[in-house]
Amino acid sequence: MEKIFYTLIVYSENIAGLLNQVTAVFTRRQINIESLNVSASSIAGVHKYTITVWTDEETIQKVVKQIEKKIDVIQAHYFTDDEIFLQETALYKLSTPELQANPNVSKIIRRYNARIVEVNTVYSIVEKTGMTEEIISLYKELQTAGCVLQYVRSGRIAITKSCVERVSEFMSDREEKYRQAKLDMR
Amino acid sequence: MKEVITGAEALMRSLENEGVKTLFGYPGGSIMPVFDALYDHRDKLNHILVRHEQGAAHAAQGFARVSGEVGVCLVTSGPGATNTITGIADAMIDSTPIVVIAGQVGTQFLGSDAFQEVDLVGVTQPISKWSYQIRRAEDVAWAVSRAFYIARSGRPGPVVLDFAKNAQVDKVEYEPATVDFIRSYVPVPETDEEAISEAVRLIDAAQRPLVLVGQGVELGNARSELLSFVEKADIPCGCTLLGLSAMPSAHPLNKGMLGMHGNLGPNVKTNECDVLIAVGMRFDDRVTGRLDTYARQAKIIHLDIDPAEINKNVKVDVAILGNCKETLAKLTSRIHAAQHTMWIKSFGEYEQIEYDNVISKELFPGEGPLRMGEVARAVSDATGEEAILVTDVGQNQLLSARYFRYKHPRSIVTSGGLGTMGFAMPAGIGATFGRPDRTVCAFMGDGGLQMNLQELGTIMEQQAPLKMILLNNNYLGNVRQWQAMFFNRRYSFTPMMNPDYMQIAAAYGIPSCRVMTREELKEGIARMLSTSGPFLLEACVIEEGNVLPMTPPGSSVNEMLLEC
Repeated sequence: MEKIFYTLIVYSENIAGLLNQVTAVFTRRQINIESLNVSASSIAGVHKYTITVWTDEETIQKVVKQIEKKIDVIQAHYFTDDEIFLQETALYKLSTPELQANPNVSKIIRRYNARIVEVNTVYSIVEKTGMTEEIISLYKELQTAGCVLQYVRSGRIAITKSCVERVSEFMSDREEKYRQAKLDMR
Repeated sequence: MKEVITGAEALMRSLENEGVKTLFGYPGGSIMPVFDALYDHRDKLNHILVRHEQGAAHAAQGFARVSGEVGVCLVTSGPGATNTITGIADAMIDSTPIVVIAGQVGTQFLGSDAFQEVDLVGVTQPISKWSYQIRRAEDVAWAVSRAFYIARSGRPGPVVLDFAKNAQVDKVEYEPATVDFIRSYVPVPETDEEAISEAVRLIDAAQRPLVLVGQGVELGNARSELLSFVEKADIPCGCTLLGLSAMPSAHPLNKGMLGMHGNLGPNVKTNECDVLIAVGMRFDDRVTGRLDTYARQAKIIHLDIDPAEINKNVKVDVAILGNCKETLAKLTSRIHAAQHTMWIKSFGEYEQIEYDNVISKELFPGEGPLRMGEVARAVSDATGEEAILVTDVGQNQLLSARYFRYKHPRSIVTSGGLGTMGFAMPAGIGATFGRPDRTVCAFMGDGGLQMNLQELGTIMEQQAPLKMILLNNNYLGNVRQWQAMFFNRRYSFTPMMNPDYMQIAAAYGIPSCRVMTREELKEGIARMLSTSGPFLLEACVIEEGNVLPMTPPGSSVNEMLLEC
């Protein structure tokens, strides 16, 4: 089956050790995680994982269900790139003397709409937010110019194109049903 | 004012609050405060001291499987906890509700490689339904209730509570807790009514329907719903190893066991049916054989409580999520009564072939050494088919499962998914506590018996009325059979020198007898069943016997060998 680049968005309770449980599902199936980002979500106490992987649709469906099966995972969904808005961030540490000596470097930085966020006599730091390809391509150009001291790229963050977080609907629905069931029992 | 008690005492009360009456355990350093509290609760909590923590885990499993309640085991940190790992993994893959409570070093020592410290939560996360570390006495009531709720709800499974020593001794204002809702956890998924309609349409139109019965029917207490369904639609059934007692063996629609060493009829018919209805089973590779030829001609309907099982191994046409007790009843109310007389009759041909080539030789060999199958059938007959069968793993398991007969639900306890040798004796002990009103027969080989031999001490001390049947062939029989079939008869480390089991039983004061012939077998079984308390019956069986029929690994489900 054809391998596609998928973005998984997982919502979970904020509990220590859950990251292990989520990544173990990929490990068992020998799937490499390309990037991973974990942060608080817009819902109090709920964490959001954004995970990217190359795999086929059949496998991603199984993975999502196996992640969702973990007790403290609230929901898991997978998306292709056209279903989400996505961004990554990268930081490039450049040698300040090189940067000053080579006028081409600042042209490159401007061309990519990257920002210089720190300058001192030894090094300068450039920040670029965008798509993976742009970030890598900027890195390659700076590398060719011979001034990169360090480089780091973040995991992908993504937001779905639908209006509300599906997870809040899901949770209010669950809580409502539970209340109803309790009332029915009385 | 609320009472102020220790975390250990809070654990005792929380267990009683969950209805626990029996626990299996072994004390040690990091769980001593709990055992101290237990000393004052001996009147309500019957603690069974095992001889090895693996035994505690399997005993809890056996207890849970026959009673339908949660099995509990109580062990210390480090090696005590890691000794339960096999049982936890076994309970996970066979969906058995157990709660393992293990001591842990105090929180101030966590992560420091303290004496008997092991990262139990880290180790058990991949093999448990839920694993949690109790670090504060305040969390005991909540964590215990949550543990039992998770273990017993939805698709059952093992839960681990890692109980830090400071939380055992610290004081807490105790208040009982009841967890019956977790917002991130959906134990029973909603049933899609359209899926029901689609399934009804397929079932009503079916000419050659076949039902696969799994352990889910037992776990959902859905025997009567299953029988109403298959009787109304007149559908023949095959049972998985774990689902064997989900319907009576004697039911005319029960066509026997599925899988690698199952019965010929239901396996062959899997690849002939037009609609396959799988109820509470997970299409294990030992059931399906080669996947790309499995039931390709059939429309497949899968009833399961676990969404992750849908399309995991076999792609299905209709998925009906939910508890099968409810979903089967929904189907029954909407399908038309049907008759599939010719289709059901067509199983007869395969039953005859299997009888002539396999069953008659196993049950009525006439002369020569005893066969495992005839021993199992003789025991089953002598109990009036009333007994619970507990098996170890290997030839003893497959042959006793095949030839035992089942009348009541929850009558087979076997390690299906994990295939744990050494399972039968401790699981059998657990079963005698789970259902003290029933006869429990544990079949073992000479390999498996010795893997948890120490539990004879538990049997002795408790006088657990376990009827142990040792099928001794002086080989690790199942591996030997595979060596004969696939490794050119190179018997690499499968012949085994055995001790005198009569002397071992005698050392523990357990009555026993050894039988070699059919007459001795009959007398031995009668003696075993008329002896109150435990008994060891050693049947010396054919050395190089084989389990047949067999779907060789990599073969299609309908390609069963009748001889090898």
